[in-house]
Amino acid sequence: MALAIELTGITKRFPGVVANDDINLAVAEGEIHAICGENGAGKSTLMKILYGMQPPDSGTIKIGGEVVELHSPAQAIDLGIGMVHQHFMLADQLTVLENVILGAEPMRSLGRIDFEAGREHLDEVGRAYGLDINADDLVETLEIGERQRVEIIKVLYRGAKILILDEPTAVLVPQEVDELFRNIRELKANGATILFIDHKLDEVLEIADTITVLRQGRTVGTVKPTDVTAHDLAEMMIGSELPVPDAGASTVTEEVALAVDGLRVIGEGDRAVVDGVSLSVHRGEIVGIAGVEGNGQAELVNAIIGLDDPDEGTITLLGREITHYSVRSRREMGLGYVPQDRHRDGLLLSFTLWENSALGHQTEAPYSRGPWLSRAGMRDRASRIKDDFDVRTPNIEVSAHALSGGNQQKLILGREMVAGPAVLIANHPTRGIDVGAQAAVWDDIREARAQGLATLLVSADLEELIGLSDTIVVMLRGRLVASLDPNEITPRDLGAYMTGAALETDVA
Amino acid sequence: MTGRLAHRLMLASAAPVAAVVIAVVLSSIVLLISGSNPLAAYADMVQHASKLETQVDIFNRATPLYLSGVAAAIGFRMNLFNIGVEGQYLLAFIVSAHIGAQVELPAVLHIAFILVVAMAVGGAFSGAAGVLKVTRGVNEVISTIMLNAVVISGLAAWWIVEWQAGGEISATGGRVGTEPIAESGLLPDINSWLEVFTREIGLGKKLTGMLVVAVAVGVVYHVILNRTVFGFDLRSSGANPTASHVGGVSPKRMVVIAMTLSGAVAGLVGMTELMNTGYYPSNPISLLGFTGIAVALLGRNHPAGVAVAALVFAFLDVSSGILQISGAASREIVEIMKGVIILTAVIAYEVVRRIREREEAAAAAAAMAASPAATS
Repeated sequence: MALAIELTGITKRFPGVVANDDINLAVAEGEIHAICGENGAGKSTLMKILYGMQPPDSGTIKIGGEVVELHSPAQAIDLGIGMVHQHFMLADQLTVLENVILGAEPMRSLGRIDFEAGREHLDEVGRAYGLDINADDLVETLEIGERQRVEIIKVLYRGAKILILDEPTAVLVPQEVDELFRNIRELKANGATILFIDHKLDEVLEIADTITVLRQGRTVGTVKPTDVTAHDLAEMMIGSELPVPDAGASTVTEEVALAVDGLRVIGEGDRAVVDGVSLSVHRGEIVGIAGVEGNGQAELVNAIIGLDDPDEGTITLLGREITHYSVRSRREMGLGYVPQDRHRDGLLLSFTLWENSALGHQTEAPYSRGPWLSRAGMRDRASRIKDDFDVRTPNIEVSAHALSGGNQQKLILGREMVAGPAVLIANHPTRGIDVGAQAAVWDDIREARAQGLATLLVSADLEELIGLSDTIVVMLRGRLVASLDPNEITPRDLGAYMTGAALETDVA
Repeated sequence: MTGRLAHRLMLASAAPVAAVVIAVVLSSIVLLISGSNPLAAYADMVQHASKLETQVDIFNRATPLYLSGVAAAIGFRMNLFNIGVEGQYLLAFIVSAHIGAQVELPAVLHIAFILVVAMAVGGAFSGAAGVLKVTRGVNEVISTIMLNAVVISGLAAWWIVEWQAGGEISATGGRVGTEPIAESGLLPDINSWLEVFTREIGLGKKLTGMLVVAVAVGVVYHVILNRTVFGFDLRSSGANPTASHVGGVSPKRMVVIAMTLSGAVAGLVGMTELMNTGYYPSNPISLLGFTGIAVALLGRNHPAGVAVAALVFAFLDVSSGILQISGAASREIVEIMKGVIILTAVIAYEVVRRIREREEAAAAAAAMAASPAATS
């Protein structure tokens, strides 16, 4: 079969790192080709090169057998390459049709947009590839899966024959993933070539015709899914077996460390974004909160941390009601927090590591004595965090932005752990970090749990939730709708609870 | 180790040095175009500045510029643009001049009282902009600019008429102004301190005692910012308000406090003049507040950096006079130099920041590569 894409010897260096090191990739026309690898393996860089966003330092790119030099995405689009980004780029206030034609509007005389021609072409594309969408829906009313479909149609509308999908399943629940895979197979049947970036191995094995594995910027190998198991792929990706979260023996005690009772937070438009939530976390227990993003988890966490003031209900920490306490007094009482967004909520990127290691605990020893900072204490702690939590850095004097995401996360977790918290709120603690760092974070949380730490774990990684939690509660539209035993639930069932599909038959 | 330290020092000083060198080159070009001899002009400036009396002038000019620069720097550290230092110091100036003239106190107390009133007025006026920002979402740039207008063409213009010394010729010099403050409220000059090291200062020049206050402000600023929990709160909230909030620092509280402190220091800017003359004149030395923003920018909000920047600007200001007298060049060349220095400094700082960031990232990546990938 003819090759749609052939990359030979692609190398791309960034200051201090070789992101792509002599990568070879051959994608046959009309196949679904998956690119696997850990975070930092070089997948994104390779796709950016292929989409004309960054030129390679060396190597050749052949599209449809012709050697090309790509300088811009516009050029890549002309060659029939389309990219569906992980983060959607849609205007919420516009309709599907308007979003699709945006930037490629069919024109009539006097600079008027020819919506009819656009609609016709959109329908044609939808029919040709079996993608079903209503052109007049406002994008803001669409579900995540539908928005993704709009993104795909947007690319097809521009005549793409080769589609790059960047971690398309990262934002989807299992049911939506099934729908996406149906669409992808449909696309393939109609002649499109799909380049599929992912690191979830079962998904890759299910959908791909060919799999290329990258590790540390190099091509490890290209295999057929029929020839390998998930286990083999994992070994190829990280050079050893994939770690699995496993809580081990229960350490749950009778003592309630954190209790939330009847909590309500009113959001914009007088809608309750957290609606009568009650839960308790015991010492030595990990309570997992499952839910599709945007169902009130963030607001619940903010109320517990003290960033937002709840409108009703109480929060009790170690037997003391703290509903309206300041963030600082909560933290001084022993509330630790690993935020979801490291850069926005967790770090001072331009500050040194030792300054970052004090953030949130600057009023406590050994970081300070009375009103005075103790630089020695801060440096001391930072060194300990660096050693105990394996933060890879030349020294503790570098600024936080120099570290990779996984190391930044280990620094944050270390900072919260060495402070000896009684309760830890872990909000997506392993999002966007590589498998090695992920395993380290899991180990640290488990270890602290054995020491009696009460943990509230919010995560979108269902395996992580099931593997780590002692109890899982499901949050849907601001309410806790189910309380589940992680030993008895599969990711698929959990996904059904998260979308509300399981609730009609089984209301908790 | 010493090599690395030298490298870091070189990087830190590269930007301001480059800024000054480029400014000199560009100014020379402007001078040549305008038909003057740049070498002659610079020679005049340097020769003038080598005189002791000129140096006293430079310090007297640098003192309020430094205070103004620190006031702006406090705001910048919190990511606030206090463009209202101008209005804050003029308001503090006229109010403390008026109140200071109404009281009778022993010397030390009288001086302290006036300084405290000035700081309180400046702080309250600036703090108001902070309160507006956190309660009503009013951008501090807009509010402080408007408050400047309230002072300069409003309150000060009204009060100078209201409070002027009954139409009489004022005791201190025959100009129109507020009632003069008694001798006990004036800060003596510190000529004798300097004369320990030098010959006697001539031409009736007086080195302002506010220099001591300015140095104290700089030291306190440095210690609070770098050595206290409060300073850490302030810096972290300025660098990343959301992360800092998660870490227990209320960004709203920090905005109000930083604006208040900035205004309190701004209140001291006019004291160099008041402590010397004893009254608020109808035409006080103005524009110090706006220049202070440039001084803070050039000095990178660092207490020592701002001091150097204040001295550079003071030197240029004082030099403009001699250029006019000697005729070597037009005095406006000094304004061009100030502008060019600021522009090149901003660019050079950014270049150095990027170089440093890249070096750090490379070092961190090297550390990653040195230890084998985690296999757990």
